[in-house]
Amino acid sequence: MKIEFEHHQGAHCESGVTSNLLWQTSGGKITEPLAFGIGAGLFYVQVPFIKINNGPAIAFRNMPGFIFNRTCKSLGIPVTRKKFRSKETAARFLDDRLEEGIPVGCQVGVYYLPYFPKEYRFHFNAHNIVIFDKTGDIYTVSDPIMELPSVLTSYELERVRFAKGALAPRGHLYYPSKKVEINDQTIKKAIKSGVQKNVFNMLQIPGPFAGVKGIKTTGLKIKKWRDKLGIEKAGSYLAQMVRMQEEIGTGGGGFRYIYAAFLQQAEAYSPGNHLNDISVLFTTAGDKWRESAVHAAGIYKGRLGTQADFNAMGEYLVEISEIEKNAFQALKNIKWR
Amino acid sequence: MKKDEVPQDLGALGKITKELCYATDNNGKYVAEQSIGWDVKKSALDVAWGDIEKRIAAAKQKVLDNSASPVLFFMEYRLMDTAILAGYTGFWQWQIKRHTNPRVFNKLSPKTLQKYADAFNVSIDDLKSMTVHED
Repeated sequence: MKIEFEHHQGAHCESGVTSNLLWQTSGGKITEPLAFGIGAGLFYVQVPFIKINNGPAIAFRNMPGFIFNRTCKSLGIPVTRKKFRSKETAARFLDDRLEEGIPVGCQVGVYYLPYFPKEYRFHFNAHNIVIFDKTGDIYTVSDPIMELPSVLTSYELERVRFAKGALAPRGHLYYPSKKVEINDQTIKKAIKSGVQKNVFNMLQIPGPFAGVKGIKTTGLKIKKWRDKLGIEKAGSYLAQMVRMQEEIGTGGGGFRYIYAAFLQQAEAYSPGNHLNDISVLFTTAGDKWRESAVHAAGIYKGRLGTQADFNAMGEYLVEISEIEKNAFQALKNIKWR
Repeated sequence: MKKDEVPQDLGALGKITKELCYATDNNGKYVAEQSIGWDVKKSALDVAWGDIEKRIAAAKQKVLDNSASPVLFFMEYRLMDTAILAGYTGFWQWQIKRHTNPRVFNKLSPKTLQKYADAFNVSIDDLKSMTVHED
């Protein structure tokens, strides 16, 4: 069965997938920034004592599936989510949905993803794509990172759906179970709920490791990296951080810009709440994230390396933490009308 | 970030697809803009791969010195840690650690070796001889 589905490129895989899956029902109204904001996409956590790929465990995003789930729920759209133990059942379930004409969101690992460049293939398991056609043994998939749809054989798809390691997808599939009419009023309500959830995640999670406090904690730690780890390892740590921060599908600067774009678009649905003004604060934060990445590059390329440079590096994050605290505080104080 | 400040430094991904980012136009309005890459990200990726190459080379030397088995080499080559390898093979992590000992490795059954070969996507002969093919 031919499935009606349009591929649109996105800046982040999950908000892109969410927007693409809801494109039909919403008549294109749920753009990527709206999906990102309603899904409360901004997040930060540095998990203490744990290392990933021999570097610090920093995450700029929530658990896989969070944005999609949250966006749909806020819009009143019921969601089906499924993980599988058996590869055969997982394949059959997917084929049945495609047979029914439903495009399906799918969590995959990127290590064996054939259309990705080799340099990008790490054991990273929280990537998202939409599968929207099967012809013979070939699946057509919409990867929001790519400009055009890509293809996977059933074997290739099985391998990435059952990638192993942290956050193993275990065949994870998700899609809206039912077509629901979305009007501007629903979107307005969903925007409010998304903003409030994001305020909670960034300001109100207890402890020093998550949200804006987490950003500050990392900043303070970075100042000690040079003495603690030695210049070379500290450089590798910073490089890892920048990759988590600015690379496709994840984000420091990139995420702040999506969020700022979200607030601008939200203004149209929810005027009178100064969302446009607050958007500017997130642009400032995004610019600072990017500046910090440039500074970090100076260190891991060996151009910079004194303790003063590390202090400045840490100071960037402390400053960002402050900017974002104010930005989210402003969102928190909105008297929604 | 302004639209005309979106970096355009060709990177590994840029050769295959442009990436999308959001930036502001002259009126401060956000628009979607494509980028072919950014030097800062490219060099971060280079550092990561430089570290990996070093780890692979160190593992290879250990195998040649007979102080580790090819399991360690391929683990580094496939960017895995014992947890990931345990996921792919079904072995316990302590078993994998044991199998990185060359004396233990040399006594492994063909069935066990096949599980490692599958996980690393190589043949058993290549596994034993540390032969890699570009894929």
